[in-house]
Amino acid sequence: MTAALRLERISKTFPVGKPLIGAPRALVRAVRPVTLEVETGETLGVVGESGCGKSTLARMLVGLEPPSTGAIEIEGQQFDNADPAAFGRMIQYVFQDPISSLNPRKTVRQIIETPLRRLYGMNRADRAARISEIFDSVNLREEFLDRYPHEFSGGQAQRIGIARALAAAPRILVLDEPVSALDVSVQAQVLNLLARLKAEFGLTYLFISHDLAVVEAVSDRVAVMYFGAVVEIGSAKRIFNAPRHPYTRLLADSAPVVGRPLRAPEGKDTELPDPLNPPTGCAFAARCPRASDLCRRVEPELKPMEEDQLAACHHPLDP
Amino acid sequence: MGGYILKRLVSAIPVLLGITVIVFLIMSLIPGDPATAILGSYATPENVEKLNRDLGLDKPLVQRYFIWLGNMLQGDFGRSFSLNRPVLDEILERFNATLILAGTSFVLCAFMGILAGVISAARQYGLADKAITFTVLIGISVPSFFLGMMMILLFAVNLRWLPVSGMYAIYGGGDLPDLIRHLIMPALALSVVATGVIARLSRSAMLEVLRQDFIRTARAKGVQERRVIWAHALRAAMVSIIPVLGIQAGFVLSGSVYIEIVFQWPGIGRMLVDAILKRDILLVQGGVVFVAACYVFFNIMVDVAQSLLDPRIKT
Amino acid sequence: MIAFLKLLARNRMAAAGGIVLSFVVALAVVTPLLPLQPPDVTNTANRFLPPFSEGHLLGTDHLGRDLLSRLMWGTRLSLAVGAAAAIIAAVIGSAIGIVAGYFGGRTDNIIMRIVDMLMAFPYILLALAIVAALGPGLMNALIAVAAVNIPFFARNIRGVTVGLAGREFIDAAKLAGMGHGRILAQELLPNVVPVIVIAMSTTIGWMILETAGLSFLGLGSQPPQADLGSMLGEARSALITNPHTSVVPGLMIFVIVMSINLFGDGVRDALDPRLRSGALTRPRPATIVDRDNVPDGPGDGVLDIRALETQFHVGPRVYRAVNEVSLAVQPGECLGVIGESGSGKSVTALSVMGLVASPPGVITGGAVFHDGHDLIGAPYRDLRRLRGDKVAYIFQDPLATLHPLYRVGDQLAEAILVHHRVGKAEARARAVALLKSVRIPNAERRIDAYPHELSGGMRQRVGIAMALANDPEVIIADEPTTALDVTVQAQILALLDDLRRERGLSILFITHDFGVVAQLCDRVAVMYAGRIVEEGPTAEVLAAPAHPYTKRLIACVPELGQGRRELAAIPGLPPAVDRLPAGCHFAPRCDKAREICGQEPLPLARSGARAVRCRFPEEDIASQEDTA
Repeated sequence: MTAALRLERISKTFPVGKPLIGAPRALVRAVRPVTLEVETGETLGVVGESGCGKSTLARMLVGLEPPSTGAIEIEGQQFDNADPAAFGRMIQYVFQDPISSLNPRKTVRQIIETPLRRLYGMNRADRAARISEIFDSVNLREEFLDRYPHEFSGGQAQRIGIARALAAAPRILVLDEPVSALDVSVQAQVLNLLARLKAEFGLTYLFISHDLAVVEAVSDRVAVMYFGAVVEIGSAKRIFNAPRHPYTRLLADSAPVVGRPLRAPEGKDTELPDPLNPPTGCAFAARCPRASDLCRRVEPELKPMEEDQLAACHHPLDP
Repeated sequence: MGGYILKRLVSAIPVLLGITVIVFLIMSLIPGDPATAILGSYATPENVEKLNRDLGLDKPLVQRYFIWLGNMLQGDFGRSFSLNRPVLDEILERFNATLILAGTSFVLCAFMGILAGVISAARQYGLADKAITFTVLIGISVPSFFLGMMMILLFAVNLRWLPVSGMYAIYGGGDLPDLIRHLIMPALALSVVATGVIARLSRSAMLEVLRQDFIRTARAKGVQERRVIWAHALRAAMVSIIPVLGIQAGFVLSGSVYIEIVFQWPGIGRMLVDAILKRDILLVQGGVVFVAACYVFFNIMVDVAQSLLDPRIKT
Repeated sequence: MIAFLKLLARNRMAAAGGIVLSFVVALAVVTPLLPLQPPDVTNTANRFLPPFSEGHLLGTDHLGRDLLSRLMWGTRLSLAVGAAAAIIAAVIGSAIGIVAGYFGGRTDNIIMRIVDMLMAFPYILLALAIVAALGPGLMNALIAVAAVNIPFFARNIRGVTVGLAGREFIDAAKLAGMGHGRILAQELLPNVVPVIVIAMSTTIGWMILETAGLSFLGLGSQPPQADLGSMLGEARSALITNPHTSVVPGLMIFVIVMSINLFGDGVRDALDPRLRSGALTRPRPATIVDRDNVPDGPGDGVLDIRALETQFHVGPRVYRAVNEVSLAVQPGECLGVIGESGSGKSVTALSVMGLVASPPGVITGGAVFHDGHDLIGAPYRDLRRLRGDKVAYIFQDPLATLHPLYRVGDQLAEAILVHHRVGKAEARARAVALLKSVRIPNAERRIDAYPHELSGGMRQRVGIAMALANDPEVIIADEPTTALDVTVQAQILALLDDLRRERGLSILFITHDFGVVAQLCDRVAVMYAGRIVEEGPTAEVLAAPAHPYTKRLIACVPELGQGRRELAAIPGLPPAVDRLPAGCHFAPRCDKAREICGQEPLPLARSGARAVRCRFPEEDIASQEDTA
């Protein structure tokens, strides 16, 4: 069976301070080479703090940003032209801010129709039928179709965003912080809806979030990103309970949990490395209690720790 | 800081070159040739051709541009045929008068505009705000040349408080009080529109800032309201006011053309209009380039002021 | 569209401007049909007739031409030329701006360099140069004015487009298979048009002035044809002897431009969504207080909020953000207030010191007692003296809450100086000590940093240091860690916990996160739709929630370490606080609700340390008290 999504060392480098002609003043590596495989029907969670490159990775996957290096393969097909329209039929994107992802001057019907018209060239009757089908599956009433986005609450707007993504009949959905703008009582509604849709349409999810508990609750496997690179990847069951990378452990210890006493998991003044002046070796070394000279010299590669858990660490934690 | 000023100066070079190119291109659009304009329509073809050669007009466009540019860089702006004197001499003499007028107006409008805007915002929807807003609206709606004419009628002709026009009295004038008496009306007439624009912008910039979280922080600290307005809010609002001051300086400079005509002020604007009507192209070219260059340097100073105010601008 | 016209009509000034403008435009349109004298026929025998002369209502000019007729024809010409210039400039400038803003990169760079180059001219120089090249004439003046204004439109519209092009709906359109052309026409343009209309309505008057100005200089319309500007220009030589020939066209220009500006401002105000939502009103130094019920003092604890009611009055709507909220913070206690967005938790916190933005906020009832005095009714002078001194705040987003243009040391020192007469050096020394106390490394150096030079966690430490500056009795922390990453959040929470134990601080802690409450707070109050629904010791409330909302909300929150699972959800949405249900606010979403719940409101029933507002609670808190 082919993987739904395969990433082969894709990376992204942004130029900084580009003059009118000539080379930019500096390059910032937003995503370091990432190699990943997502099985059909799987949910891969991606966690990391702000600026870790998870959103840039997502934007490359749907063709909104051309990768600087590497290749993207969706169900065996190569996608290397960064043309969102070509990606659109295979992979779709659900945005973080549900209101800002809907054009305020278009009705919901116009918004959801667009992929049907542009990607599939459906006629009016087919479109109407398909829209009512999709609306039904995301639990929205059809009377909403002729309203404008500002009339909806965050949760409803996010369902509309999901409906638009589903309208393109993609195989994979990239969910970029789909619930972080929502309140917890509404967040659960949307997460459960996503789970049902996945089963109903046989979708594959890439679920990006900064909220470890949410990612753990919805994912089969989880990838942890730090400073543009995947530092650990493993099953959702194990990765936070038995992390091998010290950063994963730090994340898990930092999450506020009912019943756990309050303590700072790291004593030091922690700062992310400067992207304009990245450290050699492991990016986490400066914050890591286990860092050695080796860590500061050589950047660790992702290595298998046990059967399905990989970590990029010279001195991994004991399981 | 010095590095930043140097950087801005260097970056002004292409802008200045661009200005000369634009002016030169526009001027080369002129139909017919200047020689005919100079010699009149009864000139013999031989004379026209000779003059064209003397002026270098028989050469290709690009070559003519570089000759003109090269001469300008050496301080030779050519000779005005209508005034029969070097263009640069005339410009420098006239620019001095314009600088006095426009400079005074600019200081006036910046000061009054910001003051009115801040008061207006601090008293939003109060009496002071309504009065200022309405006055400002009148100010930006009245043509400055009409306002100048009405001022002459009122203050010079009817009330006889101030001289009708000119820069100095013809007999016995020439000292500073005389200049100031002549300057009051034109400077005020010239500053009205810009004052209005700056006041409106300052008001909206202040209102925007007063909604910001850091204003709430200042109040939560117990900072006195007067200080919140005049220190915290105004300082942040200046970030959007200063660029507008730069733009408005251009408008003041522009408006001085009308005011110089209305008040017979011997400035560069009046010179330019006369030169256009007489088709004295070298004088127009030289004057436009000179004033535009001065404005570019003024804007560099504005940028420097902005970078002093706002540490987020990389110096 | 109808809403837009209504808004416009409600604005009296704009309506007046609109009426005058329509009148002038109508006159200009019908001018050829009116029984006017020919405008260009000279009659030197009748020169400079004063107004109200026989057959010449406004008199005649220096060539004996009828001024009324010339005025009407001139108005017609001026309006047409000004409008044409505005439309040309708006269309071309906006097109350039949209293209530059949408495509960005090199296209943008090159276009904007050229625009900057054009804007490097004081505008009249460019106009003069164009007129000089093309020769004087009304058409050429029109071209010059339009050309000069193109860069302004281009830059303005580009700015707006850049903002829109970064919005997510543009990405969504790309993914829906739309090409650049369609995105420009269907996604961007409809959002940019209001801005173009605003820019046009505010500049058209200006363009009429500018064309009139060029004509005034003799560079626009050429005799015998005259627009208002050239009429004024011709009349200037007779200004002193026959002022009426100047006053008539001058006043006309003024009336036209003034009415356009009034109307244009109305259009701008009606189209600007920020004005409609009140986002551009100045918040007063303290929230407006207009109380019906004033509870009696002196109150208990260091901070006693009693039956607080805060509302937002927006037009005819009343949003009841906080309804009869009562909370008391005891010395050395950390009291958490938890709720979803719109539950009124932050408004409660800000009401204490009168920091709710007002308008539209109004405190309509209740009191807050501190040290025996009611803060809500206190005059501004007293309130200001207490702010930051006895009761200090820590806010959510440390980048937005620190002043971007002051060094952090100056902001800290200011907090001390507004309450204490100490020297500058002393204040600075205390500021360094404060930074050290919040464990900022290199405090001596960091004190001269600007907020943008610090990381998010460091900035929030500065925010905490500022709150500690005067050793307050109470700190009100409004979601202080929500904007931070999880690892930084853990550090800040640990710091706050240490500080409160070291200094015996009382904290009112606002959050939406149960995990944070559990770790930091002694007691917790749960808010829903403006009311407290449950209150009690944190451990007890979390272990045995009494209100159905609390119980179900806890169930919604995934907790780390429980693996993959189905999450419980609460169906429906919180009620809008301008249309609250009569009884229990949670009743419409509650599966235990019976008919009575939706009909009658219920007080918060207290029993020992716990309190709940529910007829059918999940736990019997009274019996629990007995067994305990």
